[in-house]
Amino acid sequence: MINVNNISKQFGKLKALDGLSIEFTMGECIALIGPNGCGKTTLIKSILGMVVPDEGTILFNKKDIYKDWKYRSQIGYMPQIGRYPDNMTIGQVIHMMIDIRKADTTILDNELIENFELNSMMNKRMRTLSGGTRQKVSASLAFLFNANVLILDEPTAGLDPVSSEILKDKIIKEKSKGKLIIITSHVLSELDDIVNQIVYMQEGKLKFQKEISLLRAETGEDKLSKAIAKTMLKNKI
Amino acid sequence: MRKVVKYVILDILRSKIILIYTLLLFIISLSVFFLDDNNSKGLLSLLNLVLFIVPLVSIIFSTIYIYNSSEFIELLVSQPLKRKSIWMSLFIGLSSSLVVSFIVGAGLTVLYFEPSITGILMILLGSMLSVIFVAIALLACVITRDKTKGIGAAIFLWLYFAIIFDGLVLFLLFQFADYPLEKPMMIISAFNPIDLSRIMILLRLDISALMGYTGAVFKDFFGTSIGFIVSVVTLLLWIIIPLYFSERIFRKKDL
Repeated sequence: MINVNNISKQFGKLKALDGLSIEFTMGECIALIGPNGCGKTTLIKSILGMVVPDEGTILFNKKDIYKDWKYRSQIGYMPQIGRYPDNMTIGQVIHMMIDIRKADTTILDNELIENFELNSMMNKRMRTLSGGTRQKVSASLAFLFNANVLILDEPTAGLDPVSSEILKDKIIKEKSKGKLIIITSHVLSELDDIVNQIVYMQEGKLKFQKEISLLRAETGEDKLSKAIAKTMLKNKI
Repeated sequence: MRKVVKYVILDILRSKIILIYTLLLFIISLSVFFLDDNNSKGLLSLLNLVLFIVPLVSIIFSTIYIYNSSEFIELLVSQPLKRKSIWMSLFIGLSSSLVVSFIVGAGLTVLYFEPSITGILMILLGSMLSVIFVAIALLACVITRDKTKGIGAAIFLWLYFAIIFDGLVLFLLFQFADYPLEKPMMIISAFNPIDLSRIMILLRLDISALMGYTGAVFKDFFGTSIGFIVSVVTLLLWIIIPLYFSERIFRKKDL
């Protein structure tokens, strides 16, 4: 579905991505993990075309995304820090996105808007929102268009436990529909029952990409965080 | 693209600055025409104000607007939209709202008091200057990521076109006073849209007779229809060139 071929990206002196190649296939639910500043967000932004890599290509459905833009209609993206026009209300932002993005064939998915109870806050201005509410808006927008591919950058950061559960349930539900879901997170315990594949990045490079069942079998650990810690230790030695 | 333009214009109207600008232009143009008995003189006074205020407001407003909507731009870029159409929508939204407020604020009064070709020319030039400085502002914004630097660059660019350029021209004139500079001056004036607009209007007013030989040479060229067309094309280039380069940079910009 998404083929990343040998991409590199440099920000000044910092090498955010260093010859990274990776493949994401449909139906997988992938956890993208790694230390801070290892290039996770840069990779995601490259896939979305927000960052243009210095080298390498990214194929979406076997088509180069450079100079293409239509492919983005198949992606629902939830940014790490949702930034929206300050003057607009939640309702206006949602309506604007529907107006800009909706094709005749799209069936809108309002489930998250309802479950997060955003309907009662539609008139609040974006500037007045708390970080958590902003995350709820971002999540609702990412799922709203029933996209085939969902890219969620730190989805549960800043959400309260109840909302976090709602979001996790939604992710599992979408996963069962055979969508490709890419999640980055630092809270590994949250990913335990969601993901089925782990991608570990370090210093802009791919360290490993493994099925979670395989990882558990190799390390003999049931908890994801422990399994990864063990693998990392083993790799060092 | 039309939808994005709609949201840009809605957003601009919500900030109310554009309404204040319209009102300001209206008050200025009205008071200028009331102060002078002679409407042609009134037009001249208005010209000098317009050549100052319109570029200043256009460039500063557009720069601040672009920086303030960085979130909005980021949001749009992650959506299935072409980058080119996002940038063009910003340009169209900004320039159309500035042009409309110029026409409503200053244009209507000019048409009422001085409904001559000169008056219409002035409305046309004011509108073109608005668009030119929106294009220049877009270029300044896309080059610098830092808001303070970008706004500083915008102010400096305005200062350059409105004041420093004339100083440099005067300096050149004095240094080479012994040589015939009339023809080179015409070319030099093409490098400053404000000067070019000023010359185009001045030559239509009676006072061009006061400009001596230079005025005669200018009139020989700018007074003809070819000269007029060349000037308008030059002004159009002042829109197209900055816009083209800003769009090319924006296409590859990391957000």
